[in-house]
Amino acid sequence: MSAAVVDAPVCSTATAVPSGLIFNVQRFSVHDGPGVRTTIFMKGCPLACSWCHNPESQELAPTFVRLQHRCMRCGRCSDDELALPTVVNKTECDVDLCPTGALQLVGERIDAARLVERALRDRTFFDESGGGVTISGGEPLVQAPFVTDVLRRLRGAGIHTALDTCGFAPWENLRDAAAVADLVLYDLKLMDPVRHEAATGASNERILFNLTALCAWHANVHIRVPVIPGVNADDANIDATARFLRSLNRALPVNLLPYHPSAEPKFARLGKHYTLHGTVSPSTAQLEAIVARFAAHDLVATIGGLSS
Amino acid sequence: MTTVHAASTATTPRTEHLRRESLDAVPRISGERASIITAFYKANLGKYSPPMMRARAFYELCDTKVLYLGDGELIVGERGPRPKEVPTYPELTCHSVEDLRILDSRPKTRYKVAADVIAQYERDIIPYWHGRSLRDVMMAELPAEWHDAYDAGCFTEFMEQRAPGHTVADGKLYHKGMLGFKADIAEAIAALDFEHDAEALDKREQLRAMSLACDAVMRYAERYADLAAVEALTTDDDERRMELLKIAAVCRHVPANPPRNFHEALQTYWFAHLAVITELNGWDAFSPGHLDQHLAPFYDAGLADGSLMREEARELLECFFIKFNNHTAPPKVGVTAAESGTYTDFANINLAGLLRDGRDGSNEVTHLLLEVIDDFHLLQPSSNMQVSRLTPDAVLKHALRVIRNGYGFPSLFNADVVVQEQLRQGKSLEDAREGGCSGCVEVGAFGKEAYILTGYFNLMKMLELALHDGFDVRTGKFIGARTGDPAQFHTFENLFTAFEAQVRHVLDIKVRGNQLIERLYATRMPHTFLSVITDDCIVRGKDYNAGGARYNNTFIQAVGIGSVTDSFSALKELVFETGERSLKQFVAALDANFHHEEVLRQRLVHKTHKYGNDDPYADALMTRTFNMLFDAIDGRPNIKGGAYRLEMLPTTCHVYFGEVCLASADGRGSGLPLSEGISPVQGADRHGPTAVLQSAARMDHVKTGGTLLNMKFSPTLLAGEHGIDNLHALVRGYFKLGGHHMQFNVVTAEQLREAKADPSAHRDLIVRVAGYSDYFCDLSEALQDEIIARTEHGEF
Repeated sequence: MSAAVVDAPVCSTATAVPSGLIFNVQRFSVHDGPGVRTTIFMKGCPLACSWCHNPESQELAPTFVRLQHRCMRCGRCSDDELALPTVVNKTECDVDLCPTGALQLVGERIDAARLVERALRDRTFFDESGGGVTISGGEPLVQAPFVTDVLRRLRGAGIHTALDTCGFAPWENLRDAAAVADLVLYDLKLMDPVRHEAATGASNERILFNLTALCAWHANVHIRVPVIPGVNADDANIDATARFLRSLNRALPVNLLPYHPSAEPKFARLGKHYTLHGTVSPSTAQLEAIVARFAAHDLVATIGGLSS
Repeated sequence: MTTVHAASTATTPRTEHLRRESLDAVPRISGERASIITAFYKANLGKYSPPMMRARAFYELCDTKVLYLGDGELIVGERGPRPKEVPTYPELTCHSVEDLRILDSRPKTRYKVAADVIAQYERDIIPYWHGRSLRDVMMAELPAEWHDAYDAGCFTEFMEQRAPGHTVADGKLYHKGMLGFKADIAEAIAALDFEHDAEALDKREQLRAMSLACDAVMRYAERYADLAAVEALTTDDDERRMELLKIAAVCRHVPANPPRNFHEALQTYWFAHLAVITELNGWDAFSPGHLDQHLAPFYDAGLADGSLMREEARELLECFFIKFNNHTAPPKVGVTAAESGTYTDFANINLAGLLRDGRDGSNEVTHLLLEVIDDFHLLQPSSNMQVSRLTPDAVLKHALRVIRNGYGFPSLFNADVVVQEQLRQGKSLEDAREGGCSGCVEVGAFGKEAYILTGYFNLMKMLELALHDGFDVRTGKFIGARTGDPAQFHTFENLFTAFEAQVRHVLDIKVRGNQLIERLYATRMPHTFLSVITDDCIVRGKDYNAGGARYNNTFIQAVGIGSVTDSFSALKELVFETGERSLKQFVAALDANFHHEEVLRQRLVHKTHKYGNDDPYADALMTRTFNMLFDAIDGRPNIKGGAYRLEMLPTTCHVYFGEVCLASADGRGSGLPLSEGISPVQGADRHGPTAVLQSAARMDHVKTGGTLLNMKFSPTLLAGEHGIDNLHALVRGYFKLGGHHMQFNVVTAEQLREAKADPSAHRDLIVRVAGYSDYFCDLSEALQDEIIARTEHGEF
């Protein structure tokens, strides 16, 4: 199967991009678009959301992390090193020799052809479920030319493609990538620019502009709203989000992605401060209330990342 | 756990009552059969030929055993005097007093044994059968090399405990009554050629015995008709009187004649089932095969002429299911207190599949059966769906919704591959389509084949022997071939060649033993009734155990392919590629169970290539091992005109085989379980279910007679229709890739840990073990831990 994929026709206008930096290729991914999917997680993100599930993906460079619970104290790392919250002075060789896999290098450089080959391994399951490949991150558009190249190759192989983006990217980059994505999963976190900047490190002006421009021509855009109590789950923000979406003159489907505190240890591992400590996941009742608020604006919101 | 075992919803108070009664009944050992058989043998040994001796003994059982007609029952007949009273088969294997005492007192899968049964054994049964039971004869005849390899845990032998079995009914039972079979037998006798056929006399004895076996079953049914008629006279309950009269009428008609309606069809099968398992104690009892296909004509006709309502059919099916659950497996001999065993007797119903002409075989009865399976969740009968390309999505999804409820039923098979496997073995296309799966995952041509399981084969032990020049460290004996000092293995090829030599050496020992055992069954222990209903025993005038069946395959079940693959992968990389360790150092570390070598062990667990991750490095070693095994086993002639074949399933043997093995190069500690079926080593698969399926599908399943793949899912992954769609895609995808079988546990590791810690609160928790479901709390601690350790696929 994979051989056929490699030989699949590739659009001749593809810009050759030597390689990209990914941090995971997740198979049997069932919440990032329709069917059974493989999700490619790209490294690097222009935002720094306080609730980020993959904070190790933010930096556009391989990142060393140590999973303390796996460490067997084999002696290769000194006690002093182990006492530090972050990993310093380690090499890829150290990662190889770590017996338990506690020391890890997050980030792998891979060329587009090989990545496509890997992503297509589950093609049989895509076929059986109407699934495909989703590119997520990090923020995929940080490596826009590479991501566009990969999406184009996948498209060329007849695979359903999805782009999961925060929208914070130059318009041309979004345009080019979205042009080869059958589905765009577009994050809408906060409507107030000041609050947006406080929570993510950047204003939302470009994000809103890009979404408006995208909706002018892309046929299949789903909005994803992370529901973070205390950050964006308030009525005012939900109403503002809904009003903005209505202004696009398209009834875009909305996926609500409930906050989960599972990333807190990852922040600690990276030496980052987790500002949401103590925040609990929104209750079903809270989520249903948000669904109802969207419904009041004639928008269909669903809980979870499923594509309708 | 409430979601996992909600209360059942029987259709009627009758079936709820019968179900409760069946669940509450405590398994007991009955001395009845042993007593009748022993008295019969004492009085008659030497008077008759072996087949006639067996048939007469069988007739005696049918003529004299206590009948049970339970309150409210519609389908009648019990093998023992009461539900869950389990007979013994001392002519095959005779329990010792110690066996009986252990069975009576062990904490798990206990069988109550009354003091008078133990006394009867001590006084009459044991003294008579000591040295005479087939097992005693077999053990005396088997050579030392066999005993040494057996004691070392290189393999097990199914037929040292129970008769050759694994047999399934096809549809002829529903078209031909016992009188019809007798007519066929008479015709075969008339056609015997005493002038030219040197075996004509043997054939006539066999055929006469088969005819008598038909009489025995008819006699048994007639006794039930009489009993029901008498009870009808005495009951005060008018409604019950009508039922009893109906039972009497049903039993007067079947199995002598072909069934005329749905009720008679079920009773026909049940009489045949009882006959098979009363005459001999074959493995996996007996199975109805394509029950939905067999019943559909009766169901449709009943609905069409108004004589049957859907709910009535369902109630009858529920009564039928309870009958299976009443039939607890006979316990092994030579039991140990620690060994848990299982109550399940592996009767397995096939759903959907293909028709003889290649069309889709699913029908309304498929759905009806799925409803009963879902609502009843009994241990027995087991069920599976034969999923072909033609199986409608709605039918498969119905099965998946039942599976989601977490009882491990039904398991799923790739009907198209099941057909291909049989074609490869040389069966006709129609016979292959009428075949399916029974027991755990084993493929056979129903009603036409003796497909005998001979025993599990310990792959890890073969690698261990290769690493010790044929010496078994645990028993301190040279068991294997002398393949040389592993320090002299300079390439991976040297190691693999030594492994192959050990496999072939031990297989030779096993097959030599097995041929002897099968010959003992062929000559001394014919299965006369089973021969009546298995084509072409009548035409050939030969017993099922002697090559009378149209097809005769003998299977060896290889265990531990995941563990062996991962061990090879580690040795190949660290010894022969990076040279990080010498093989000698490696073997020393394994012999010492990684003492002072925890860093090495951790590396082996976490940093080497593992089967089950769609990793070509490891998967290539799996396919190489598999193909070598196939070449070493497939096509060896058996004594019945058939051939030996390979299967990849463990039941619970991966636990036992692990116990007798030293530490292994995949990082597994000494004595711990091996991987099961073709599943990856527990916890070694880290890239999700699709990667597991891709790896497993690299094996050429068509070359096997069955492979077993277990998967464990968290309930949240399968929630809602979206969850069913995901599971559907996994099943269809795996089967498109050529997989043979898959089965699911839908329960979290946490829930299992809770059940292990507090069994009394989780008595009814049923989990998929390996090819069958069992009560979790009845499993041995090692097996419980192994199931908990299986990778749980969650959502991503």
